[in-house]
Amino acid sequence: MSVIEMRGLRKEFTVRVKVGRLRREKRTITAVDGVDLRVERGEMLGYIGPNGAGKSTTLKMLTGVLMPSAGEARVCGLRPVAERTRLALRIGVVFGQRSQLWWDLPLRDSFDLLRHVYRVPAAEHAARLRRCRSLLDLDEFLDTPVRQLSLGQRMRGELTAALLHGPEVLFLDEPTIGLDVVSKQAVRGFLAELGRAGDTTLVLTTHDLADIERLCRRLVVIDHGRVVHDGSIAALHSRYGSRRLVVAELDSALAEAPVLPGAPVQRVEADGRRLVFALESASVAEVVAGLAGLAALRDISIVEPDIEEVVARLYRAPDDSQVTAVAP
Amino acid sequence: MGSVTATVVPPTDSNVIRSFRTFRAIAASGFRRYATYRQAAVAGVVTNTVFGFLRCYVFLAVTDAAGTAGGYDRGQLATIVWAGQGLLAVILLWGWTDLADRIRTGEIASDLLRPVHPVTSYLATDLGRAGYASISRLLPPVLIGPLFFDVYLPRRWATLPLFVLSVVIAVVLCFGCRYLVNATAYWLQDVRGAMILWTLSSGTLAGLYFPLRFLPEGLQVALWAATPFPSLFQTPLDVLVERDPAPVQLGLVGLQLTWAVLILTACRLVQGRAERRLVVQGG
Repeated sequence: MSVIEMRGLRKEFTVRVKVGRLRREKRTITAVDGVDLRVERGEMLGYIGPNGAGKSTTLKMLTGVLMPSAGEARVCGLRPVAERTRLALRIGVVFGQRSQLWWDLPLRDSFDLLRHVYRVPAAEHAARLRRCRSLLDLDEFLDTPVRQLSLGQRMRGELTAALLHGPEVLFLDEPTIGLDVVSKQAVRGFLAELGRAGDTTLVLTTHDLADIERLCRRLVVIDHGRVVHDGSIAALHSRYGSRRLVVAELDSALAEAPVLPGAPVQRVEADGRRLVFALESASVAEVVAGLAGLAALRDISIVEPDIEEVVARLYRAPDDSQVTAVAP
Repeated sequence: MGSVTATVVPPTDSNVIRSFRTFRAIAASGFRRYATYRQAAVAGVVTNTVFGFLRCYVFLAVTDAAGTAGGYDRGQLATIVWAGQGLLAVILLWGWTDLADRIRTGEIASDLLRPVHPVTSYLATDLGRAGYASISRLLPPVLIGPLFFDVYLPRRWATLPLFVLSVVIAVVLCFGCRYLVNATAYWLQDVRGAMILWTLSSGTLAGLYFPLRFLPEGLQVALWAATPFPSLFQTPLDVLVERDPAPVQLGLVGLQLTWAVLILTACRLVQGRAERRLVVQGG
């Protein structure tokens, strides 16, 4: 049985729009428009889309805080809204833009309170906390009240709080939003570790492609409430022609742009001293090796394709209304 | 990471003892959370004490030649004022907008993601808060008042435990009323209107601005029977100053209890209704 199942899941909101001076008109906005999806145990699913695409709305319906307008959802075999309290014991949720910790309590007290709220046996709780402390470096701020924590520290606390009861499914809504590079890495490393263990199912929404690349094999793209892609990242990139770029800084300009198999030159900048290659079938190592034979390299950098760009491409694609499943 | 992610078998039976432990832990955290704001407590005590003097002089000024007003003697009036000033922060008639704020900002989602009913967890937190307030806010005015005024002390031994019970029920009842007022945020977003209405009506009808026994008797009966307000504030004070014989005292506390059960039931109904139409604000 799938851990998460959605059948024709739909959410409509009614808003009142001003028309004329005094008149207001009711309008229905469809935030999620018939999503069908199954997620298996231990899967790590990236759930992306632009702002307002319906990502958070889906997550809210799956966690039971929002009532679907139509369709069905099952998480761990439970109906999220009707059986919310029971479901809460089996899932963990991190909303990057909200806190589930108690503002005025030190982290340590928050964790202790969670043990009672979720009724976790003391030994299990202590073991999980010990591991989170070492993996997320919590020790230096464990006794600091949550309101005094930095965003990165708080997020590490949030992750711990979401995992202390050993949830089967972890929902993460933009967990790396606003974090600096070091904190992002800490969070990603931790989640990757969690994924490797294989018994926690992870659903991650984000705008940061690096999160997805590092963590998720399966990617679901949603736009205007509909699934427009369900498959691997590589499949998405190849489908929409987005490529990683290799930017090579040379000591001196070459007489003519080099021809490297599988990596055509996309741009020539700085009077020929900076070359930008698009990686098609060649690897970064092949490009570097090929260039090293031709010129003295000063610097090499790799530019990842921007998720916004990929997603934007997705909307412009003529077949965007079609749900396309690509095997990972 | 194996043990970090190991699955807990969720407790399916509603074990009373475990529920009680959870409730107690949340209440203890409520106590600790409010105990972090010590300077606020000091400021509150100063304000309560200053107003205690004002109210006490006003109430004593309305006594007649025999030294009574509304059936209370001067000592009873002084006790009502000073115990009342202390109870104000314990029962917390005013100034609680936690739930409304969390509904407005969407933080309420975190409360809904816990395996505890929101009314239960907010109630436990509020009892913890009241526990802290009964040390930090109730004691000072109760100790300061008698230094300057002759106060009435209970003469029947049963009065004190009954007073404690009455205060606990008043806290629960007041919590329920505040929860309902805050819950209007589910529909209105902005609770200022509802809050002003609550502040005005609770101040007048709960017996803070003047003891309700100053009113004509018919009106008193109507207020006690038809509204929860007198049970919030006037009843515990009347129990303390032994305004009525013991059976009437018991009856008043029983009425309080009835109101508390009714209002808490209403809280759960309203919460359930709100959740079905809830729009969690923000992304």
